[in-house]
Parts: sequence; structure tokens; C-alpha cells
Amino acid sequence: MTTAERAATLRDAIGLGLAVGLYGAAFGATAGAAGLSPWQAVVLSAVMFTGASQFALVGVLGAGGGGPAAIGSALLLGTRNTLYGVRLLPLLRPRGFLRRAGTAHWVIDETTALAVAAPDRRLARLAFLAGGAALYLTWNAATLAGVLGAAALGETARAALDAVVPAAFLALLWPRLRRGAPEAPVQRRVAAGGAAVALLLTPVVPPGVQVLAAAVAVLLAGRPRPAGGRA
Amino acid sequence: MSGGALWAVVVAASVGCYLLKLAGLSVPAAWVQHPWVTRVVDVVPAALLAALVAVQALTAGTALVVDGRLAGLAVAALALALRAPFVVVLLLAGAAGALVNVLTG
Repeated sequence: MTTAERAATLRDAIGLGLAVGLYGAAFGATAGAAGLSPWQAVVLSAVMFTGASQFALVGVLGAGGGGPAAIGSALLLGTRNTLYGVRLLPLLRPRGFLRRAGTAHWVIDETTALAVAAPDRRLARLAFLAGGAALYLTWNAATLAGVLGAAALGETARAALDAVVPAAFLALLWPRLRRGAPEAPVQRRVAAGGAAVALLLTPVVPPGVQVLAAAVAVLLAGRPRPAGGRA
Repeated sequence: MSGGALWAVVVAASVGCYLLKLAGLSVPAAWVQHPWVTRVVDVVPAALLAALVAVQALTAGTALVVDGRLAGLAVAALALALRAPFVVVLLLAGAAGALVNVLTG
């Protein structure tokens, strides 16, 4: 790889990591509003380190849900990281258990996108590590700022935060539904089904369970395409 | 939920999510690359995130409630459709929620 390629890869990876990491402030504020302590919010960002699952966990808890529904929602959203790992293994080839265990911690949407988009294996590894490091540090620092900030809010600011939380989930969902996304019509159908199931079940199940139950909306996706869906 | 129970949820979910990541780097690809598995994993976030949007915007406990959160969500959807950056989307949603709270409070 040339020096220019290396510099461009580093710039893109670190830029993406810093930009997405700032979103951790929204997670920290959501966690604070859900009743988690600053330590609990920071442990989630440091150990779980996968945004959608973290948001789902505190979202279910914030809605008054119990532990099993919260954990189940986080794990269901975490399954896609397993598929990312399968795609990353031939690119990153971590040797030995320790490197494999360390690499696994940073296998998320953004680092996978960076590594897969890199022109060769060495640049893929560089993009994964640089993007992962920038995102990890920013995400955790922003989480702490968000959760401490949420604790200091007055009544009107709390109402503002209550409105930010659903908007944050919509912002996570939006890229999957937008025109040009892979199989956007299927994703939209499943999303509409998931929202409908959750609202219909809300009056009749314990809080939080309707989120987990909304997973049945995947049945609306229909059969896999012959090519096996997204590569 | 007590502090200890909340910690148990935080730790269990965190360890579980980590093990899902580790599994991807550890198990034979053929185990997880079944077309039906990839299909479900591909669409399950849409179902759950949409459910969370609905629950966070329209429910309180087991009741359906319409308040400033729905106004915030509508503003956020408009901002996202206009390709506004995340930070702007969240700030606009918060401002709309606060405005409704002040007007109706």
C-alpha cells in the first residue's frame, strides 16, 4: 500500500469514528432518562459496545420493561454482529485466542463497513483498527457526557429529552428504510409490521415484551432471494 | 428494578452481545450463512427499532398516550427525509417536544 492510500484510509476511518462516536451522547442521555446510573451507562458503552443493542436495552428498561425483555431485545439486535464477524474473518485473520477476542469487541456496523470497503487486506485491517479506536474512545466519552448531562436537566428539558429518545430510534432505523438501501421495500414492510405489533400488544402485555414480540414481523420479509440476500 | 437487578441486566446483556461478536469470528461460516438465517438477521433490526420508535413515542406503561413526543417524532421524520445530520434531527425533535410541553403544561 502507498503512503497516500494509508493516509486516506486513516483519515476516513478516524473521521467516521469521531462523527459516529458523538452519537454516544444521545445514548448516555437516553440511559440516564431510563434510570440507569452513569456507571451502568458507561459499562454498556465500554463492554457491550454496539449501539442499536445498547439503545434497545435502555429503551425497554425506560418503558418499564423487565430484564428478560431488555436482554432479549439487545441480543436479537446483536445477532447481526455475528454475521459481520463471518465476513471480517478472512479480511482480518486475527491469530491466537487473545487477538481474536480483542478483535471481536470492535465488530460492529461501522468497523465492518470500513474494513469491507478497503481496497486490500492490510488497509482493511488498518481501517478496522483506526476506525474502531476512534469510535470506541469517542463513544465512551460522549456516553459519559450524555448521562451526566441528563441528570442535570429541569422539567422542560426532560420533556425535550423524552422527545429526543423516539427520534434517536428513528434515526437508527432510517438508513435501512431509505430509497437505495438494500431491499428497502422489504425493510419498510417489516418496520411497519413491527411498529403495529408493538402498539397492538402494549395494552395487554407487560411493558417491554411488545418490543421483543415485534420480532415476529420478520415473517413479513418473505423467502430469502435465490442469491441469498445481501452478500 | 433494584440497583443490583439492573446491574445483572447490564452485565448479562453486555456479555451476551460480546459472545455474539466472538461467535462470528469463531464458528464455521457455514453454520451462520444459511439463507434463512441471514434473511432474519438482516430484517430483525427493522422490526425491533420500529417497535421501539412506536413504544417510545406513543406509550406510557400499558397505555397509549399522545403528547409532545409524537410532535418531536414528526419533526425528526421530516428532518431525516431532508437528510439533516443526526445532531440536527435530535435537536429539532427535542425543541418540538419542549415546545409542546410548554404550550400544554
